[in-house]
Amino acid sequence: MEWRSKDAINSMLFFSLLVVVIFSFAFNPTAEESRLIAGGLIWVAFLFAAVVALNQTWARELRNQVLDAYRVSPAPPHALFIAKALGNFLFVVILEVVMAPLFVVFYQLRSVGPVWQLVVVALLGTWALVVNGTFFAAMSIRTRNREIMLPLILFPISIPALLAMVDATTMILTGDGTPSFWLKTLLVYDVIFTAVSLLLFESVLNAE
Amino acid sequence: MKPISIAFIVFTLALLGFSTYQALVVAPTEATMGDVQRIFYYHVPSAWVAGMCFFVNFLASAVYLWKKNLDADAMAAASAEVGVVFCTIVLITGPIWARPVWGIWWTWDARLTTTLVLWLIYVSYLVLRRFAAGGQTQVLSAVLGIFGFLDVPIVYFSIRWFRTQHPSPVMGGGEDSGLAPPILHAFLWNLLAFTFVGIVLMAVRYHLQKMENQVEAAHAQLALQGDAR
Repeated sequence: MEWRSKDAINSMLFFSLLVVVIFSFAFNPTAEESRLIAGGLIWVAFLFAAVVALNQTWARELRNQVLDAYRVSPAPPHALFIAKALGNFLFVVILEVVMAPLFVVFYQLRSVGPVWQLVVVALLGTWALVVNGTFFAAMSIRTRNREIMLPLILFPISIPALLAMVDATTMILTGDGTPSFWLKTLLVYDVIFTAVSLLLFESVLNAE
Repeated sequence: MKPISIAFIVFTLALLGFSTYQALVVAPTEATMGDVQRIFYYHVPSAWVAGMCFFVNFLASAVYLWKKNLDADAMAAASAEVGVVFCTIVLITGPIWARPVWGIWWTWDARLTTTLVLWLIYVSYLVLRRFAAGGQTQVLSAVLGIFGFLDVPIVYFSIRWFRTQHPSPVMGGGEDSGLAPPILHAFLWNLLAFTFVGIVLMAVRYHLQKMENQVEAAHAQLALQGDAR
């Protein structure tokens, strides 16, 4: 369904490209430095890009009262939520796959630690962002200042996940220690917030 | 207002006066830190009250989602507001104490960072309450209340681990070494007094919110009658 309009993916891609370029002007790092800061840069870029996309997930449904249709339809709300979250997850993963080589080129990145761990961090971290983001987007769509509300409630709640992602990424890139604690933290975070989102999504969907 | 609530408020004010006297006059000046240590009598009780408020907020949010009871929502609103006020006091008094004692205003230590994140979460809660539209406010904010409360332990443990990996040199000036009896005495009085102040503020705010709800319901009723005529 998302493929009908390529607005979201295109704006996300372009947006994170801009972030990459602007950061590289702002910090002008050498290869050594960039290994230290890239973990933070990458995730901040993806976080902002994800917010741009997440804001649109439910907005599209609102336009033709599709959300009301979902509400009266017999389909379970969890299914709707999982589908939305998976769709967003796929989106952000595609974005990351496209953007990762650009990061490598622009910042002369070369990982000291094993690369497959980066993939695990990326998958777990993306799910953490997306599951909360999808949930809070469904909430912020009901408020008066829609677009600005999502980051306002998403960022504070996501701080532990962000910390885990950034630190794990930096550890792998610099080969400095093993990120197993952060991977566990991310996993726990993912499990808890996926469960809570599923539990509470019905009341958000039906809030009137 | 009922006489019993007035009595309770008067009692709380008296208790607060007594505990302030305890903290500023009776308690001895701390040997190494000097008078600045007295801020401790306000800092820690405020943190306790903030924690209590956020816990009440969590309970009230859960009750609201379960029973759809507007009074529970009023309680959630009241506790979040009072909690943010006390959390702000903690965040202001902390640096005032830290500057002369640690030599810096702020450090990204586990407790400090957790308190800051806590504050951010509940400020976003209040922003959401402010901007949510009409009848959805209660559900949305109750949901965020639950999310926020669940987030706090994760924040604490992740940051604690993060910071023990990179210890900061200024740590170790905390109150870990146990309290001398006269200081403990004054501290406990203040803890009690602040707990009562917190409860009074929450109760007053709760009644205000209930009144607001009644006014709103009356307006709605009036509008409906107006349509019928």
